[in-house]
Amino acid sequence: MQTARMVHKVGLQLLRQGRARPQSWCSFWGLKTARNFANKATEVVLDKTGSVSSAKDKDTQNEMESKSFAVGMFKGQLTTEQVFPYPSVLNEEQMQFLKELVGPVSRFFEEVNNPAKNDSLEKVEDSTMQGLKELGAFGLQVPSELGGVGLCNTQYARLVEIVGMHDLAVGIVLGAHQSIGFKGILLFGTDAQKKKYLPKLASGENLAAFCLTEPSSGSDAASIRTTAVPSSCGKYFTLNGSKLWISNGGLAEVFTVFAKTPVKDASSGAVKEKITAFVVERSFGGVTNGPGEKKMGIKASNTAEVYFDGVQVPAENVLGEVGGGFKVAMHILNNGRFGMAAALAGTMKSIIAKAVDHAANRIQFGDKIHNFGLIQEKLARMAVLQYVTESMAYMVSSNMDQGFKDFQIEAAISKIFGSEAAWTVTDECIQIMGGMGFMQEPGVEKVLRDLRIFRIFEGTNDILRLFVALQGCMDKGKELTGLGKALKNPFGNAGLLLGEAGKQFRRRAGLGSGLSLSGIVHPDLSRSGELAVGALEQFATVVETKLIKFKKEIVNEQFLLHRLADSAIDLYAMVVVLSRASRSLSEGHPTAQHEKMLCDTWCIEVRAECFKRTEVREGTVSNPFFIPMFSSRQQPGFGKLWPACSQTPNSTSSFETLKASLRQWWKREV
Amino acid sequence: MAELRALVGVKRVIDYAVKIRVKPDKSGVVTDGVKHSMNPFCEIAVEEAVRLKEKKLLKEVIAVSCGPKQCQETLRTALAMGADRGIHVEVPEGEVEKLGPLQVSRVLAALAQKEKVGLVLLGKQAIDDDCNQTGQMTAAMLDWPQGTFASKLSLEGDKLTVEREIDGGLETVRLKLPAVVTADLRLNEPRYATLPNIMKAKKKKIEMMKPADLGVDTSSRVAVLSVEDPPQRTAGLKVESVEDLVAKLKEAGHV
Repeated sequence: MQTARMVHKVGLQLLRQGRARPQSWCSFWGLKTARNFANKATEVVLDKTGSVSSAKDKDTQNEMESKSFAVGMFKGQLTTEQVFPYPSVLNEEQMQFLKELVGPVSRFFEEVNNPAKNDSLEKVEDSTMQGLKELGAFGLQVPSELGGVGLCNTQYARLVEIVGMHDLAVGIVLGAHQSIGFKGILLFGTDAQKKKYLPKLASGENLAAFCLTEPSSGSDAASIRTTAVPSSCGKYFTLNGSKLWISNGGLAEVFTVFAKTPVKDASSGAVKEKITAFVVERSFGGVTNGPGEKKMGIKASNTAEVYFDGVQVPAENVLGEVGGGFKVAMHILNNGRFGMAAALAGTMKSIIAKAVDHAANRIQFGDKIHNFGLIQEKLARMAVLQYVTESMAYMVSSNMDQGFKDFQIEAAISKIFGSEAAWTVTDECIQIMGGMGFMQEPGVEKVLRDLRIFRIFEGTNDILRLFVALQGCMDKGKELTGLGKALKNPFGNAGLLLGEAGKQFRRRAGLGSGLSLSGIVHPDLSRSGELAVGALEQFATVVETKLIKFKKEIVNEQFLLHRLADSAIDLYAMVVVLSRASRSLSEGHPTAQHEKMLCDTWCIEVRAECFKRTEVREGTVSNPFFIPMFSSRQQPGFGKLWPACSQTPNSTSSFETLKASLRQWWKREV
Repeated sequence: MAELRALVGVKRVIDYAVKIRVKPDKSGVVTDGVKHSMNPFCEIAVEEAVRLKEKKLLKEVIAVSCGPKQCQETLRTALAMGADRGIHVEVPEGEVEKLGPLQVSRVLAALAQKEKVGLVLLGKQAIDDDCNQTGQMTAAMLDWPQGTFASKLSLEGDKLTVEREIDGGLETVRLKLPAVVTADLRLNEPRYATLPNIMKAKKKKIEMMKPADLGVDTSSRVAVLSVEDPPQRTAGLKVESVEDLVAKLKEAGHV
């Protein structure tokens, strides 16, 4: 639950750390310190991006070209290394092992777990909980020598998909435990910490929870009040404070807690408050919790406030470095997002099965309703959304297993896309089922309630959209900064300038930039491949135009950033399904033709939206405002409003225009 | 520690939850791309053997499966449940159809002697062909006593007491080892293969062999003429009174 607020905190904290860090891109924006940002949400996002790797890694990364496709597309580049061919990371033994695991896990959820009962009890039934522990579900990624199952990310994703198919609330109990609760120990723990904690956590004897959010400190992490004061002997810290909305908060024995500690700056000698991560045991004494919260969904997952009252935490329980708490938090989050997309891909699979089952049996007007076009289109769109999410989840998990470090944009996209797609799919399932879908008995309304939180926690989708857009713009910004320098010394950089000028000219003149996916995508998908390249070129042109126009001010253009992010999401989705469908066609999978259809449908629809907008943009609007390519995830027709505004819509005058056009639009379309 | 070893048969069948479809040419049922798992009665047999081992009444539990290479997955499940090692008697995909109770019981009898086991534990029947013959035939081949449809089993030295589910009640028989026992539904509730145990099972050995290695002839004297769907049930009807009922029954020629 509480991860929703994390991004904020993380960002602000990192802001403060960021000041000491050389940030070349700042010069492009004209930023001296992060406090110059106009609003906090933006600060958060910008800083979050830079923070994932340590300052040292960052320098090397700056020099190295990113392998991330998402980073490349903002620059108008086709960076195919991570996305083509669709990665198959499991060796034969891992694949065989996974096959053996899928059966028992599925069976457990089919035969033992009772989602409706968990929901009404507002806890996971004791017998189910015991069964899950015996099953080994609490230590999926803990190394086998420490009592876990030792799965890689892709294997984990496959099992989480099964959990998502059956009960998202159980998914949260398991996820709060191993995806965030003790992931810090797995990623940052010392050998001694790992040996001490992981065996009992992996067996489920102890549950874990992740504690950051506080009652008085949501978005503003710098204001957290929980403190950890080192003792004069240096042997322990005294922890005081309380943490809000902690999943497993009432059940956990082991907590990853973030608290402020005084840290002495090595160079200046000044003492500053910095955040540090601790491993805290309930048995230390002074750890208590409030009653379980009443919630809209995922009711079976325990969510409670946790209080720390004079808890003495031994110094060896610091996780990572003193003052390095946010690095810990960021890694945990970034490493966990793919799991959410995988779980939701599973949810959609089971929901689509329910919708299909109903459509294939329900008779109205003398015919099975699956024979009606209205129902068919719904089911087709549901299938496309599921296919995209699933392809994203395994693309990201595979990239991680391949050892790529630059996958933050992709991971964020998979979380945004998955949570919104699952909402749409479940909503449409209820629509297909009609009154039956609204009843409790078929269990779909529970899924809808459970799903709602996925658009909120682990970074709200809104914050993550800003993150996607700004992270992308940041890299493009760096490139433009380089151009700026070159302009000052044109003779020394003639090559760069000529190349750039050529590229920009060709793009503007609509000649294309010479990019192509031919030879990379399967020949049967060449048309969709061209559509994707076209969309990418158009996207990059808009990004560039906007960056040149707004420069540093782009951080304030949230209307624009939102739409850039939507376009980035759609583009990444195109490439991911192109890649996966290409692999299926090349390897002759039995589902290849079906996948080709899903892929083509997605690419054609996304591109068609794009063309429509280009027309408007070039025809009537003097100040082009980029519109999302695929607007199905927003208010229908909402995107069409913006071209009518002659100015950016966050200025006062355009707000009036907006209202006027809103009124017109309602008249026309309703 | 007991010296007794048990041989447990595990059959790979179409999963009980799958809706069975008959092939268009009526030569059999569709198995391609269909989920398979261990026959539920075999699971009960494995569970019973593992429990006997946990009570230290058995020294070793050997799981055996006859059939195509996918049977190894079924064997792995048995190993994850607690069997010590596996034997896969490989029969190529095309010849699996010929494999009936007679052929399998020959294989089991040969293996029981080769491995010097004192107890053969099998499911009472498989949910695919519902033959309910393999246990009985195996006992006959070996000339060992048999306790079929077991719902309770206790072992003391070389005496085996088996409670059998028979029409109208329970029958208790006492057998002298070596013996063949087939498991009925209520013998036990089999455990789930847990992920850590599946992991440990990877280290256990599965020995590969062919029926010919055991000197077993798998030729069959049975030919399948046609496999068909059971006839569709037609809708029933409601009657208002006893008179109505009798009238309808007369009309249909039932009374």
